[in-house]
Amino acid sequence: MSEPESNDKPLNLTIYVWRQKDAKDAGGLVKYDLKGVSQHASFLEMLDILNEQLVGKGEEPVAFDHDCREGICGMCSLMINGRPHGGFPATTTCQVHMRHFKDGETIYIEPWRAGAFPVVRDLVVDRAAFDKITQAGGYITANCGSAQDANAILVPKDDADRAMSAAACIGCGACVAACPNSSAMLYTAAKLAHMHNLPQGQPERMKRTLAMVDAMDAAGFGNCTNHYECEAACPKEITREVIAMMNRDYAKAALSYREPTAKSDGAG
Amino acid sequence: MANESDFRLDARIPTGPIAEKWSKAKFEMKLVNPANKRKYKVIVVGSGLAGGAAAATLAELGYDVACFCFQDSPRRAHSIAAQGGINAAKNYQNDGDSVFRLFYDTVKGGDFRAREANVHRLAEVSVNIIDQATAMGVPFAREYGGTLANRSFGGAQVSRTFYARGQTGQQLLLGVYAGLSRQIAAGKVKMFNRTEMLDLVVVDGRAQGIVVRDLVTGKIESHAAHAVLLATGGYGNVFFLSTNAMGSNVTATYRAYKRGAGFGNPCYTQIHPTCIPVSGDYQSKLTLMSESLRNDGRVWAPKDKADVAKASSDPASIPDDKRDYYLERKYPAFGNLCPRDIASRAAKEACDDGRGVGPGGRGVYLDFRDAIKRDGEAKIREKYGNLFDMYERITGENPYQKPMRIYPAVHYAMGGLWVDYHLQSNIPGLFVLGEANFSDHGANRLGASALMQGLADGYFVIPFTLGNYLAGVPAASLASTGAAAFTDAEAAVKGRINRLMSVNGKRSVESFHKELGHIMWEDCGMARSKESLEHALKAIPELRERFWKDVTVLGGKDTFNQSLEKAGRVADFLEFGELLCRDALEREESAGGHFRVEHQTPDGEAKRDDEKFCHTAVWEYQGDDKAPVRHVEPLVFENVKLATRSYK
Repeated sequence: MSEPESNDKPLNLTIYVWRQKDAKDAGGLVKYDLKGVSQHASFLEMLDILNEQLVGKGEEPVAFDHDCREGICGMCSLMINGRPHGGFPATTTCQVHMRHFKDGETIYIEPWRAGAFPVVRDLVVDRAAFDKITQAGGYITANCGSAQDANAILVPKDDADRAMSAAACIGCGACVAACPNSSAMLYTAAKLAHMHNLPQGQPERMKRTLAMVDAMDAAGFGNCTNHYECEAACPKEITREVIAMMNRDYAKAALSYREPTAKSDGAG
Repeated sequence: MANESDFRLDARIPTGPIAEKWSKAKFEMKLVNPANKRKYKVIVVGSGLAGGAAAATLAELGYDVACFCFQDSPRRAHSIAAQGGINAAKNYQNDGDSVFRLFYDTVKGGDFRAREANVHRLAEVSVNIIDQATAMGVPFAREYGGTLANRSFGGAQVSRTFYARGQTGQQLLLGVYAGLSRQIAAGKVKMFNRTEMLDLVVVDGRAQGIVVRDLVTGKIESHAAHAVLLATGGYGNVFFLSTNAMGSNVTATYRAYKRGAGFGNPCYTQIHPTCIPVSGDYQSKLTLMSESLRNDGRVWAPKDKADVAKASSDPASIPDDKRDYYLERKYPAFGNLCPRDIASRAAKEACDDGRGVGPGGRGVYLDFRDAIKRDGEAKIREKYGNLFDMYERITGENPYQKPMRIYPAVHYAMGGLWVDYHLQSNIPGLFVLGEANFSDHGANRLGASALMQGLADGYFVIPFTLGNYLAGVPAASLASTGAAAFTDAEAAVKGRINRLMSVNGKRSVESFHKELGHIMWEDCGMARSKESLEHALKAIPELRERFWKDVTVLGGKDTFNQSLEKAGRVADFLEFGELLCRDALEREESAGGHFRVEHQTPDGEAKRDDEKFCHTAVWEYQGDDKAPVRHVEPLVFENVKLATRSYK
């Protein structure tokens, strides 16, 4: 990461963008020259400028996912020079600004690379596998209308803060893209740590851990081999401690948790 | 096409004292037998707080639900971006709050242009929302003893706002998404991601389905249901630059309007006072800095024009007696926490006066110097660290050292499709929830009330009122998607796409959107006049005509094509913007976010005209070549006395 440029001089850039028509197309990098980009523009605004130029020339614009453009919806992605979200601390691609690039710089832009995230088009990937993991158990079973007064559940502030830190995950998939194994452990463990630091998450804790880890494996994500690239790439600074918590719970659950049967229920 | 005699606005407000209306209505509503619920198919468009909560809750009740969102996952709906918090009349702080006070503040904050009965219900169920969200594991901020923490927000003198750091919206949405995921896994909700609604299908006078486009394959498809719920958010992006997500659009509600649903108060748009100013013409969106910052930040502009250059480069060098803390000066009772419409206009006034700071003179300061001196930087960092970091990422300036530069930006739509007390539009079977409807915020929404309304509608209102409707609809009456109404609508959708793709002009969709936004902001932004609105009403149709002659949409229609998606949305904005300006022109008064320069008090405050405009304006579509008809729903205030709103 470079220090911001100190002057307001517009940048001339060479960018290589991954273009791929659809999931079946082989795809490849295409070179574009871009002149006069304001340092105050965001990275995605730089792509907007490129797209306007392409449309002006009658070429199809580059497809990329984005929505809120303020770092919270998790829709934007992009490998920028080989780093998810460009590798700036605690920053999503939409919040990266061009002042971090130098005049004359060459920038490579690619989609997330992971078997479980197939490319839809250009820089857009399909992250439905994350939804599947959540659907396997990333919830607390509490039908609407069944809740007691909120202050009837006391949560120590430290626990609430820990839960909040884990819950900050925006589901962007940078952790998967950064991992040499395309593991989704940080994503899965963050969801589990959010719920398991809270009293509300305890009743389903064992069952949930097993189900979500199984779903993660089934979706085709790899395993964790302790590179911690995920932690470095996470724009919400989720730490690998959540993975440790998940591993402890998983070991415990795998060894001790069994679905209740009619016999073992006990009650007449 | 509905003719005027078909158009009925019956608000169905229950009789009786305000505090008993909702209980009474709930008891009087018909129920659907639990065993029959699975025979009813319900379409929910949108997966934010309102739509996601509705889809999950209706599935919990046993209905057969299909939910649609244009994003790649329901978790990304724009509710996610709300920062500051959610109001609830819990009175956990023992500081004088009550359901009636939240009701009162909301009616007053909305400048007496909301329907009392709806607002009271909203205040009543607000307490249940906090309970439900907590049960779902939403990690709200806590005190050391383990109870929930609160903070204060604009327009209120009590601390009733619950929050989860600076990302209350995401945390509430993740709670909703969790519940929705459980129902998807259980097979009770069929979820359609990356699918956009492009038309509403009305059969025999009832909403019975929608036409959608699969955004990945381009396939056009119809879905039939016993009822259709729109929870598709607001239309702020008609201004091009807004704090809304890039994908937020008016298409679903506007298409419903063209099928006969009344559009309520489109001119009521909220301009949020604390956003990061525009930095250049490449700008694609504006970023909000949470209103919660006004708890500790003090807003100022230099007193003298002569100090502007110095204040812009070195604000710390301007001594206190040369600073105009204009909100504290003008509104001593509420100070920096006055409501959004008022704070926004005051910022504009300071800049119009030539005292704005930063590029183009369009900015004022939100200064934390005194709070940092009082509480220490660590405390301020704990409270607002993520917002300060975001500000620095965007502007390259450190707000711990230099005050934030802020300026108002379009943020929220109070207007939306007209609904009755049951959240049903004037088309039977079409229900509208959350920001997409017009109902609860009048002419101005108070901070931390959008999340409240979305969840109130989705969790606690629609589960009752939809059942009442479905109880009167035979389960066997599900329409066939082969029926003429569906095939006609599909043909219209395809025709429109073909038309967009065959213009083959020279200009990008984006450039037209930008030009429309410029007209809207200049002529129908923070200040509106007869002259400016008449200008807009001339300029917008001209722009629309140029769009259909000169737009270029590249790529195919049967592929993932973001230009085509955007073209359809901008085409609708080009029609809707005209409706918005027309409504603004007809409403010859100032109220909340709608400020007509002809109608102001001698000291520049909004001046309502209760005699002529104490009503909701509801627009009925008449055809592309005809002016829409304006209907009214009179507003009756029985519990909050109509008064001039004062925060002094």
